[in-house]
Amino acid sequence: MDWTLFFFLSASFRRRNYETLHVSEFVLKNVIAFMEDVWPMLRMAFVVLVLLIMLPAMFGLSLGITEAYMKILIKTLEWATLKIQKNSEEKKTLKPSSSNGLIQRDDSSLEKEIVELRRNRPRPVEGGDFALSDVFYFSRRGVESIMEDEVTHRFSSEELASWNLLTRTNNNFHYISLRLTILWGVGVCIRYGILLPLRVTLAAIGISWLVVGTTGVGFLPSCRLKDWLSELVHVMCYRICARGLSATIHYHNRENKPKKGGICVANHTSPIDVVILANDGGYAMVGQVHGGLMGVIQRAMVRACPHIWFERAEMKDRHLVTKRLRDHVNDKNKLPILIFPEGTCINNTSVMMFKKGSFEIGGTIYPVAIKYDPQFGDAFWNSGKYNMVSYLLRMMTSWAIVCNVWYLPPMTQQEGEDAVQFANRVKSAIAHQGGLVDLSWDGGLKRAKVKDTFRQEQQKIYSHMLVRDDSSD
Amino acid sequence: MGSRASSLLREEDIEEIKKETGFSHSQITRLYSRFHSLDKGENGALSREDFQRIPELAINPLGDRIINAFFPEGEDQVNFRGFMRTLAHFRPVEDNEKNKDPNSGEPLNSRNNKLLFAFRLYDLDRDDKISRDELLQVLRMMVGVNISDEQLGSIADRTIQEADTNGDMSISFSEFIKVLEKVDVEQKMSIRFLH
Repeated sequence: MDWTLFFFLSASFRRRNYETLHVSEFVLKNVIAFMEDVWPMLRMAFVVLVLLIMLPAMFGLSLGITEAYMKILIKTLEWATLKIQKNSEEKKTLKPSSSNGLIQRDDSSLEKEIVELRRNRPRPVEGGDFALSDVFYFSRRGVESIMEDEVTHRFSSEELASWNLLTRTNNNFHYISLRLTILWGVGVCIRYGILLPLRVTLAAIGISWLVVGTTGVGFLPSCRLKDWLSELVHVMCYRICARGLSATIHYHNRENKPKKGGICVANHTSPIDVVILANDGGYAMVGQVHGGLMGVIQRAMVRACPHIWFERAEMKDRHLVTKRLRDHVNDKNKLPILIFPEGTCINNTSVMMFKKGSFEIGGTIYPVAIKYDPQFGDAFWNSGKYNMVSYLLRMMTSWAIVCNVWYLPPMTQQEGEDAVQFANRVKSAIAHQGGLVDLSWDGGLKRAKVKDTFRQEQQKIYSHMLVRDDSSD
Repeated sequence: MGSRASSLLREEDIEEIKKETGFSHSQITRLYSRFHSLDKGENGALSREDFQRIPELAINPLGDRIINAFFPEGEDQVNFRGFMRTLAHFRPVEDNEKNKDPNSGEPLNSRNNKLLFAFRLYDLDRDDKISRDELLQVLRMMVGVNISDEQLGSIADRTIQEADTNGDMSISFSEFIKVLEKVDVEQKMSIRFLH
């Protein structure tokens, strides 16, 4: 969170500079007086704005406020980008784009490289075939991975090519011009002063509506009316929450939307993925039972339509989990379940290994690719760095959340294909559609160490190069 | 707060590193960002655990030895200067460097220094000799459990026999250089930058 807004006041207190203290007191008093006069009008304007945004959203309509906001935002950011580019050209400091690779890496295999290294040496007649130069291959690959690797940077936010006037993305962009700084300052005021309270209110309304609405619908007996109402309540709540984030979502290929009794799989970037997807239809959620506010929401949701919540102990039992999911999927009246097979949040530049559990349930898989536009706000939840509350605060003080959702044609497990291969096939399709890098590394590497089996594979290949297969091993 | 990686690196430091290692300005800033992102403890230095967090390095059979190369004798932390000094061994050799003033000392990425880096991967106790045991250790790291002790032992013996010219049953640095004189070290131990 940027505290620059409060820096001036706190600095004067810290430095015990009584003159600045007096000045800031004076300023504060006047601001408060001004606010007192203007407060009732502001409150009225606020309520009107909330209603104007919320009511159309509930019915899937739009008054165009958000569109107008986005247009102004895009124009401003384009201007800022031009200014930065012009400035860097003038100063002749070319900041290399961090989205390009740093070093050249060729993917030639271990065998090819080592044969190359041994080229000018006569092959020994008997015994093993080892050369002192063999270490060159491993040391070069090792140092290459130290300079740049495919995995570690997927667990932190993507670096932008151009600054989008948020302090949090200001990695390499220093002071450019007065106008830009003023624009940034105005941006801070707007984001924290106007947008944040607006969004928090909308989110609060959305969540309370969800709890109240689903509890109310829960009193109805099981019938088609109940299902219809429950879906309506859910979607309305998610729509309000989406407005609460100034989310602009573009859905593509809606004819492939997940149907009842299916399994929807998507790449995972943040908890907001749920809001993004559920804006367009009802899903049955899968997750762990939580306490506190989340628990209240979960219990309310389950009253209206069946979701799948697991106790912590139940999650360890793979068979139990698979059985419950399978039962749900086999009932063709139930909503499609939403699963994120990566198991953890990735930074939306790549798709990591899909855990095979979801692909062993059977049933039709509906893949969905979600790609956020990082220019307007970074949606990635770095759970190591931020907890849920700070994350939501960051979301609500971004400019907007803009994303594209592609519904892919349904896939089923083919003959002779095991769960892992099926999972990889789905993963490739999603990565290809979303323009993401397809990695086979496990998302769990965010916290856990890599398994020894990968190293053992390399050792095995190298051993075959040392000793021929016909000699006794 | 967003990371202020490049602002912590002063221009004077960049100039010094440039002179010592030969990396360009932009390469140094990019590598500083990399250093900063690896430094989870945010204390301006990397520990062995920070390196081991890189999955591709953790599965490299010689991963531990390579990590060791970054840490000077007996130390547990490497700062950015040390980091760059070790990485400089892998800078490609440029033609115009051959005409540089001989008083500036041998550049870190000379053929000799690249070979020294590889030699030190074998020579764990830094006594400037690769003994049979040290060679066996490295071989064992590279093959895992797939080859028996006897076979590995005979491979090691044969290697020492081929290289050893003064009969002390170990490989000195000059003997090491002699064995590898036909290998294109400049190309094989170099990492090309994209800008």
